[in-house]
Amino acid sequence: MIASIAFYLMATATVVSALLVVTARNPVHSVLWLILAFFSAAGLFVLMGAEFLAMLLVVVYVGAVAVLFLFVVMMLDVDFVRLREGYARYLPLAAIVAGVLLAEMIMITLAVVQGGVAADATTPAVATPDLTNIEAIGRVLYTDYVYFFQAAGIVLLVAMIGAITLTLRHKPGIKRQKVADQVGRDAGKAMEVKSIPTGQGVSSEELS
Amino acid sequence: MPDLSSALNLAASEVTLAVGAMVLLLLGAFMGEKSTRLISILSVALLVGASALAINAPLGQAFNGAFVADPLAVYGKVAIYLLSAVAVVLGDGWMARTRIARFEYPVLIVLASVGMAMMVSSGDLISLYVGIELHSLALYVLAAFHRDDLRASEAGLKYFVLGALSSGLLLYGASLIYGFSGSMRFEDIALSARSVADGGSAGLIFGLVFLICGLAFKVSAAPFHMWTPDVYEGAPTPVVALFATAPKMAAMVLVARVLSEGFGAIHDQWAQVLVLICLASFVVGAIGGLAQRDLQRLLAYSSIANIGYALLGIVAGTEAGLQAMLMFMTLYVIDQIGFFAVLLSLSRGGKPIRRIADLAGLKKTRPLTTVVLTILSLSVLGMPPFSGFWGKYYVFGAAADAGYWMVAAAGLVASVVAAFYYLRIIKLMWFDPPLDELATTDAQPIEARTLALASAAFAFPVVIIGLTWLEPLTVIAASGFGAG
Repeated sequence: MIASIAFYLMATATVVSALLVVTARNPVHSVLWLILAFFSAAGLFVLMGAEFLAMLLVVVYVGAVAVLFLFVVMMLDVDFVRLREGYARYLPLAAIVAGVLLAEMIMITLAVVQGGVAADATTPAVATPDLTNIEAIGRVLYTDYVYFFQAAGIVLLVAMIGAITLTLRHKPGIKRQKVADQVGRDAGKAMEVKSIPTGQGVSSEELS
Repeated sequence: MPDLSSALNLAASEVTLAVGAMVLLLLGAFMGEKSTRLISILSVALLVGASALAINAPLGQAFNGAFVADPLAVYGKVAIYLLSAVAVVLGDGWMARTRIARFEYPVLIVLASVGMAMMVSSGDLISLYVGIELHSLALYVLAAFHRDDLRASEAGLKYFVLGALSSGLLLYGASLIYGFSGSMRFEDIALSARSVADGGSAGLIFGLVFLICGLAFKVSAAPFHMWTPDVYEGAPTPVVALFATAPKMAAMVLVARVLSEGFGAIHDQWAQVLVLICLASFVVGAIGGLAQRDLQRLLAYSSIANIGYALLGIVAGTEAGLQAMLMFMTLYVIDQIGFFAVLLSLSRGGKPIRRIADLAGLKKTRPLTTVVLTILSLSVLGMPPFSGFWGKYYVFGAAADAGYWMVAAAGLVASVVAAFYYLRIIKLMWFDPPLDELATTDAQPIEARTLALASAAFAFPVVIIGLTWLEPLTVIAASGFGAG
């Protein structure tokens, strides 16, 4: 009973906040709604018994990605109100497209409900109940799924190369820290003793 | 794990390329920008070596069926590696002349070819998706490689945003397919596809449609072609030469594999979708090309139309259809390499010739290039006995044999319309006076000139001999393909 209340609560929160992500006028609000959507989805994962994925969602998406989005959106100097000017003009067309998609989805859902799921469908493997989530994932990640794991690593490598290629610029005249020079500096190089005649003072040219 | 070594044997070419790319990356990082030429040469050697490895690697399945090494995959991989090597060769000289040469260019192409190889040998929805993402991500960066050029940046951004959208469609489709079949593997999906064919639930088809939409975006088939003209126009020319060849080959082989291995039982369902995509591509490619003034935009529309012809082979759903598709794609990409090599070799006063009107009177200054471009144009428009004719001959024949003669007829009409813009190029070069009598073209870079000559020589007359060894290869590659 409590589980189903929790499910409906979180499912509703996920859908509503996802809707608000795309309809909110202020982009900062959009990002905040996005964070709520991630949190609710994490809650759904917990209800399914996938607590590791839930934590991952919170740590990675809420902790890193969404907060990064927030910073980027806050730093952008774009007139977002102006960007939305065409909204009313394109609304009828968008509504027609969305309506057709919705109708199709409802029809398919009805067909599925009446016909049942495909009889021959192989069911996904159920993890052995005495394993925790992390153990279950760890057992397959480096064995059955090692190919995808490594390939995903190469995808990240490409992303890193791409980011560096597109943004790194070697500008001339940049002052860099030279540790060897700093360490090799001693009193003899850093100081110069000048004799100043008494009562005359010094001008700035003499000091340099 | 005893089967890891055999799995690595099967994937020898991919492993070599991935490790080789990382070694080259380190080399470039330590040696700095002056190592660009060396790294280009090494990556060409790596790609050619990988294609030899792919030919000699054993056949079979690895990683629980996620990696499939069969004749189709070998054929695709050899084509992909060689086309990528050509793109490295074309790009190296061009980048040096444009003063944007950086060692990441060949490295990214090698990594992209790993992704494309994953695509052609995927036996699983995850390896399909990871392969697509790997090669797309490298291509997004390559499109924006000329980062101080506004149009290149625009091309990269446009490609990235629309590519992300299509990946979303594809993933949504894949998740629905997984939900309704309970498995990621094409073999298991085929079981539920059979039950759908016997009157089971239609949910699988819903996912399939999304999957086809995502893949159609990657091959730039209409109505998912919107990015193509802008990206072709803005991205650096050697990068476009890559876009027009290797990824298209990989994605077409992937489409054929998914549809035949996973959804062979519901051929009549996806054939309808593909027929619509084919017809839309014919119309967009033929009509859209008529109004173009920029050569690279024209080639973009031409590629949309040609992808339509290639998809006809898959629509047929027979072994002959797949074989026709492979023949068509092979002959077509060789023509494309020639076109882009000519584009790269033509410049006036240090500025590349981009407008079609600038080709006027080319025969006075560059008679040989004019002949090359004429042969290539005649080939792409499908004039016998040039290579493009044979490609279309196979594809239209296979489609007509499988009962899709209406679509084949529409394709013929479209290629007649499209013939106009190739004939216009030929007329401009041979019969029109040059815009500016004094303007002469710059000296042609040797690599682009050689590749242009080679592909024109292949388009005619080498193709006559080439067909006799290409045909058995494609027949072997297509064996086992079947739908319905």
